[in-house]
Order: sequence, then structure tokens, then C-alpha cells
Amino acid sequence: MTEVVATNQTILVVGGGISGMTAALEAAETGAQVVLVEKRPYLGGRVSQLYKYFPKLCHPTCGLEINQRRAKMNPNLTIVTGAEVSKLEGEAGNYTATVRLSPTYVNDNCTACGDCAKVVEAEFDDEYNYGMSKRKGAYLPHVMAHPMKYVLDPAIIGTDDAQKAKDACKYDAIDLDDEEKEIQFPVGAVVWATGWKPYDAAKIQPYGYDRFENVITNVEFERMADPKGPTGGKILRPSDGKEAKNVAFIQCAGSRDRNHLYHCSRICCMASLKQTHYVVDAYGDDADVSIYYIDIRAIDRFEDFYAEVQAMDNVKFIKSKVASVTLGENDNPCLNGVDTEGYHRYATEHDLVVLATGMEPSVSVDSFPVDVEINREGFIEPAEKNGGVFAAGCASDALDVNRAVQSATGAALKAIQVVNRVARAEG
Amino acid sequence: MSETNKAMIEQYRNSFLSEVEANVEEGEWVKMCMQCGVCSGSCPLGKHWAHPPQEIFMMIRAGKRDEVLTSDSMWMCTSCYNCVVRCPRQLPITHIMHGLATYAKKLGLAPKNQPTARFAEIFWNNMMKKGRVNELKLGLSLYFKDGFGAGIKESLRNKDLGMKMMKAKRMAASEFFGGHGVKDIGGVQKMIQKAQEIEDARMKKFD
Repeated sequence: MTEVVATNQTILVVGGGISGMTAALEAAETGAQVVLVEKRPYLGGRVSQLYKYFPKLCHPTCGLEINQRRAKMNPNLTIVTGAEVSKLEGEAGNYTATVRLSPTYVNDNCTACGDCAKVVEAEFDDEYNYGMSKRKGAYLPHVMAHPMKYVLDPAIIGTDDAQKAKDACKYDAIDLDDEEKEIQFPVGAVVWATGWKPYDAAKIQPYGYDRFENVITNVEFERMADPKGPTGGKILRPSDGKEAKNVAFIQCAGSRDRNHLYHCSRICCMASLKQTHYVVDAYGDDADVSIYYIDIRAIDRFEDFYAEVQAMDNVKFIKSKVASVTLGENDNPCLNGVDTEGYHRYATEHDLVVLATGMEPSVSVDSFPVDVEINREGFIEPAEKNGGVFAAGCASDALDVNRAVQSATGAALKAIQVVNRVARAEG
Repeated sequence: MSETNKAMIEQYRNSFLSEVEANVEEGEWVKMCMQCGVCSGSCPLGKHWAHPPQEIFMMIRAGKRDEVLTSDSMWMCTSCYNCVVRCPRQLPITHIMHGLATYAKKLGLAPKNQPTARFAEIFWNNMMKKGRVNELKLGLSLYFKDGFGAGIKESLRNKDLGMKMMKAKRMAASEFFGGHGVKDIGGVQKMIQKAQEIEDARMKKFD
């Protein structure tokens, strides 16, 4: 599917995560023509990798399903997956977008029957589970992937696995000769919603993420808690697969730190409070959670959520930025530091340590295909020179899902204003 | 802002933080500390400090002038810079500790028998004589700082090390008589004196 019909009254949305989907749908539902370009083979972005939302502890799959339904029903919306915007030239109301389409090798005949996955053999790290499990070279990215199509890993192309997959397909859905293509089309306005990525925890040298198996990140922990995740929803130690009941969270792992990320990532406090629920839900009275923090940033209605976790008997809050993690007995990570409430020195062992790593923008400052105002933290600032490019969600700031969706709706409105202006001018 | 408000704020504005900002090297950073505690936890000698850096910063802000300046804590700093590389706000903590120690010494408030404070003084006096450090005399002055008997004992304890250093030409016995120095020691001393005058003139008065 590489046919994109567009005019300079079309809105281009870059990124198909929760922000991009929201902006695209909001705009399309007002009647605007929208093209949504997503790098991954499916929509939903990082939200699809979350087990539960805070503060309601409901499942993101619910909202994603609604959005996917809206997308399927809307004739104004064209979704292009496996695609990246490589160039954007022009000005508000008159841009030319150049989009690079990766070869997908799987066409729309795919019924997601899964026969191809049964016959291929090579295995790869599953990026959906942040490498904590393996997937085959022909795979469905996740159970709610949209579009609901199997994906062939480019690494198997040219190997026996690729031919096996093709031979197994009853629907002629696999085209091994598919090649990278570049398409160009006009657009009037752009919503930039490329989102975030977790800060590379290995860069926080004293915490030993790259050295200790039982030090993991919050995004990995999230996958672990998910029944569809790598451990089937069990909270286990990577080193020996034993139950991790004594879990420590290290807040501000990378955030609010001039050596790493200048900004507060805003979500990590609430994420750890939410993940505390996962531990307590799993192990009840046997759960023993410690949260090491500088200060807990849970604003307005989140304050109640924080208060509830504080009231739990088996949850401790230690006001201290952990100085270092060392290896204790039985591969237990040992946290060392001094607390701020009394200056007590501690060296405490835990079964599992979760680094509450922060958000950094997924597009690095020097690889934007268009000249926009980017702040010190790497997020897009609203500015005159951005023209008809409007940032949405985590491309604009570190935001939780709620605020990302609000930001996306706002960006959609800005984009609609531009294309409406074009429409009026062209009468 | 109302007069009452101003008066209330005045209550909390303590002069010791202003004093540190004005008179202590890198002292203007103290207010930037967010009390995360990573410095205290990272300090290899931390458990021997009466007050770790984080606490010192809080004490400065709380106006505990005597407790801070007479403390031996900042004298325990070995300049390993662990705290500096880990501080999320990049405070030059090592330099602030040395700044506080220097300031306390200048005011005559530094602890009298704290070993590193004594060593710093011995080192300074030693260096100012010839413009270069006389290692032999520095070692001996350090051994004999607690009296003659203790000095003999300490010298004997370290005699093997001393012999090895002489063998490796890291120390020479001839240094005991005069010792080597810079060409123009008078000039060096004058320069240091002038620098001290400039520094003293810059000091603000706080009572």
C-alpha cells in the first residue's frame, strides 16, 4: 500500500503512537484529509507496551482498541506503517514530504493466520518486550497490532526461512522481492508526534544496569507485569527466575540530572507508584517494596494515588538519591547511599532493582528532517520558525498519556487551522 | 509585597548563607543543592565525617555558622571527586569543601588538632620556605607533629619506606640541610603576600 493521495490541504502526522493516533483521528474526524506515517510496522507506539495506566490501573488496550476502530472507520485517514519522513521542504500550507518506505514483504492479503511463523526457525530479540524474550523472524508484533499483519524481519530475507515463510502462506501475502521505496506528496501542515524513548540506563554507570542482571528498567518491569509479556505476568529475577518480592525502585534514574537528562520526565514517579501495585498485587503481604526518591512528583489527582501507596504497610519510601549499586549475595543488588531524613547511611540488598528511567525524545536533535526550534532537552518548542509543523505529545515535552493526548488534540487544531486557511485561499 | 510579608521573609534569610556565598570559594553554589544525598553516599570517607556534604549544605542554609566552621568534616575530603561527577546539579562539591576549610582556617575556627588540617598547615609552611616542597622535612614534621617521642616511633615505623624512597631517588638525605628551592623565593613570597592581600580585601564583613 504505497498509494498516497494528498494535496496541500492534507495534514501529515508523523508518528503513530498515542499522540499521533489522537491527532490524526481528531483531525480526520473534522473532515480533514490526514496521512499518518509510522516507523514501526504497527500503531500504538509505547503505550501498546504498557500493562496498565495510572491512576485508574485500567488497561491501555481498551483505549487503543477504540482508536483502532475509529481509524478503520474513517475514510479521511491514510495509515502508512514501516515508513519514515526523510525530508520535509516548503512552508506552512505548502510542504513537500519525502517518505521512505521500508520493504514490508507482507501485503494486505495477510490474514494473520500465523502459518509463516510456524515454519521459520531463526529467533531474534523481541523489541516489543525490550529484548527480554525472543520472537521468530516472521511474527505478529503483538496481539493487538494494527494493521493486523505478520511482519518479516529483514534479517531473514535471503535465507531459507524467508522461502519457507513464503511457501507456507496460503494467501499469497508474502512478496520477497519487495524493496525500499521513496514517495513524495504535498501536505499543508504537519503534526510531529515522534514520541520518546527510555533513557539508556547503561549510561548511569554507578547503577550497574549493564553489569547486574537483577537491575532492570521500568519499561522492562512493565513488560514483566503484563500477562502477555516475557514472564507471563510473573515478577521474577532475571538472574535465577526466582520470585522477586523485595523490589526497590530508584527514582530519577537519569532525569533531573545534568549529567544525563536536564528535565524531570514527569511520568516516572507515577510509574513506580503504579508498579508498586503490581508487586503488591502479585505477592500480597510478602511483597516488600522500597522507593528511593528525591521527591515524589504526583500532582493534582495523582496525589491521592500517592497517598494510597504511602499507606500500604509493605511499602517504604526512602528519601535519597541512591549513590551506587553493588553486588551483594545471591546476585542481590545492594543499594548504597545516605538518606536525607536523618543522614543515615544504608547498604540494603533487594531481590530486584527497577530503575525509573526517564524519557528522552526519540528523534535526536541533529536528525530532524525539518528546521524546527528545539530546546536544550531535545523537545520541540512552539516557535514562529516552525511554520506549519506542530509538535504533539512527547515530541513536545515529557508527558504522561493523558497530557500527551491533550497536547495532540491541540496540535491537531493548529494543523486544521493551517489547512483551512489554504482551503479558503484556494476557494 | 506587604511589609508583614517582607518581615516574615527576613526571619528566614540568614546571613550565614550570604557569608558563604560572598567569602567561600564556589560558595555561591550552595543554594543550588537539592538535598538528593548522592554526594554523601558517594564519599569513600563519608562514614567518618561528622556531617556529610549534603548535611553541611543544609546546615549552611539553616545558619549554623559555628557548627559548620568548627566542624572537621570538610577537612576529611580527599579530593576524589566522586561527588562532583555524580552530583545531578554539578555542584563543585570538592572545591566547596576546600573553600569552607580555607575560610574556617582564615577565621581561626578550624579544629586545632584535626590531622588533615595540621598536615595542610605543615605543607603550606614547608612550601613557603623555599617555594618547593621539601619532602624529607615534610615527612619529618608530620611524624613529629605530636611530640618527640611519637616522632621517633613514627620515623622508625616508616624507616623501610624512607630507605626505599632514597634508593629510588625520590628523597635525598641532603635535603635535610637547606634543601632545594626556586630561584627567587623572595619574589614568590611577595607574590603570595600580594595575592593574600587582594583576597583579604575582597572578604566581606559578617557578624
